[in-house]
Amino acid sequence: MRLVRLLLLYTCLVIASVVMLVPLVWLIAAAFKQGEDFFVYDFFPPPGRLSLNNFRSLFDQLPFLSFLVNSLFVSSTTVVIQLAFSSLGGFALAKYEFRGKRAVMFLMLSTLVIPPEVLLAPLYELIYRLGLMDSYRGLIAPHAVSVFGMFLFAQSMKQVPDDLLLAGRVDGCTEFGLYWRVVMPVSRPMIGAFCLIAFMSSWNSFIWPLIVLHSQDNFTLPLGLNQMVGVYKEDYGALMAGTLLSVLPVAVLFFALQKEFVAGLTTGAVKG
Amino acid sequence: MWYRIQSRYAPYLFISPFLLLFALFWAYPLTQSLRLSFYATSGPGSQVYIGLDNFRFLLSDPDFHLAVWNTLIYALFVVVVQLPLSLGLAVLLNRPGLRLRNVFRFVFFSPHLMGTVFASVLFGLIFAPRFGVFNRVLHLMVGLPMNTRWLGDADLVMPAIIILSLWLNVGFYMIYLLAALQGVRQDLYEAARVDGAGPWVRFRHVTLPGIWPVLLFVMVISTIGAFRVFELPWLLLQSTTGPDQSGLFIVTYLYQNGFEAADLGYASAIGWLLTAGVMLLTLVQLRLGGLGRGGES
Repeated sequence: MRLVRLLLLYTCLVIASVVMLVPLVWLIAAAFKQGEDFFVYDFFPPPGRLSLNNFRSLFDQLPFLSFLVNSLFVSSTTVVIQLAFSSLGGFALAKYEFRGKRAVMFLMLSTLVIPPEVLLAPLYELIYRLGLMDSYRGLIAPHAVSVFGMFLFAQSMKQVPDDLLLAGRVDGCTEFGLYWRVVMPVSRPMIGAFCLIAFMSSWNSFIWPLIVLHSQDNFTLPLGLNQMVGVYKEDYGALMAGTLLSVLPVAVLFFALQKEFVAGLTTGAVKG
Repeated sequence: MWYRIQSRYAPYLFISPFLLLFALFWAYPLTQSLRLSFYATSGPGSQVYIGLDNFRFLLSDPDFHLAVWNTLIYALFVVVVQLPLSLGLAVLLNRPGLRLRNVFRFVFFSPHLMGTVFASVLFGLIFAPRFGVFNRVLHLMVGLPMNTRWLGDADLVMPAIIILSLWLNVGFYMIYLLAALQGVRQDLYEAARVDGAGPWVRFRHVTLPGIWPVLLFVMVISTIGAFRVFELPWLLLQSTTGPDQSGLFIVTYLYQNGFEAADLGYASAIGWLLTAGVMLLTLVQLRLGGLGRGGES
């Protein structure tokens, strides 16, 4: 009886795993199949027929490299700016009492129930008036601060013992010095989690770039792939190679930071 | 002197980047959005005041009705199907003594790493007739014809969108629920077992109250996420709303009106109705869920 239940448990888990993994395996296979092989073989062709041609055409015939570089630039810039502002704000909320603190918390909470799509039209108007259409400044500026990040840092920085800050003050450290030399170094795990989550969200952002960016030279990967779907419809192999390469940076980052990631995701949700 | 001043004003300085950016890119646009919803516009240049006409048109606009209907169906499935699946997987993974727990957890979560945009591009081909692996698997298992056009048949578009959404998100929400399950106090299970409670009773009276706040949180955020759906159907259906507009959602309609037809006013009005819907549903869910019920987590 015990054995049967154990068998059932693992059967369920394995079936669920297969369902989750089959599309990913199919993606990898499709990226390495050339020409007609795409239709001939369901998954991988015999080893001798594997080819890198899809990747070659991606870089030689399509502006994929430019999409990739643009995406890397936009996402890393966004993460650095968000990290700076969110951690500073979070520090203020976690370790100080000041007038208007409750109002700030209320403003932050209000963003959770107002879908940002209601802001698309006025933001477009604003960016247009500021003359920032089709520029990375226009793309990044509205997302320069992350409310999620403020919550995350406010929550985690509360754990820093007050004695540590007091000791710093006795040693003549300025308040900014406390943030930079005491609080930030001990918040390393949260910083890792935040960077990963913020990078993923910027890497995958679609609707705002779609509205702001117009020239192909500025396109990020989501816009580039969107264009490839429409224009290079028949070159399925190259499209899948592009999709695979687009997912790779996030996967690499995830493996580097996965421990922090789960902690960051569930902070607030579970402890709050 | 300088030292005392800096320590007094430091918190205001630290919070000021947030406040400035919040005012410029959230609060100000929010008021502008309200203003715009009373105007008929053609691009950012020309605007004519029309009072409540945008909202009046919306209430009698059959396309908007369809968008709302599709969004409601999608959101309903997301909550009714996805949540139990996420919870089920989390319960399985929470079995004491389970081997390879971290491997399974990573595998279940991995689709989410792909991100909605890239996964939608991928599934555009996976759902394809003839060579798509989805048809191949269904053909082998239940004998469905290989040329089923999931994205070309008005009745099949919504199931395809829901399947992709489940694949992407079940493992993601599972992470929250698993963390919540691991936080339920073990001594409560022991006590229940001593009292002779079976597995279902233990689940109903120990597990469920223990994870209730997180379950409610996951329900609220996945409902909000479902109402905001845009890039998934848009990319899956190659920048269209699909056959017979079967892939038309509220945000899709907002995008088309605001940025393809350049009527920022109408788009803002749609945005406000979306906001009202999201707020109402969140409120109802929190009320019915009795925020704080069960207490411990």
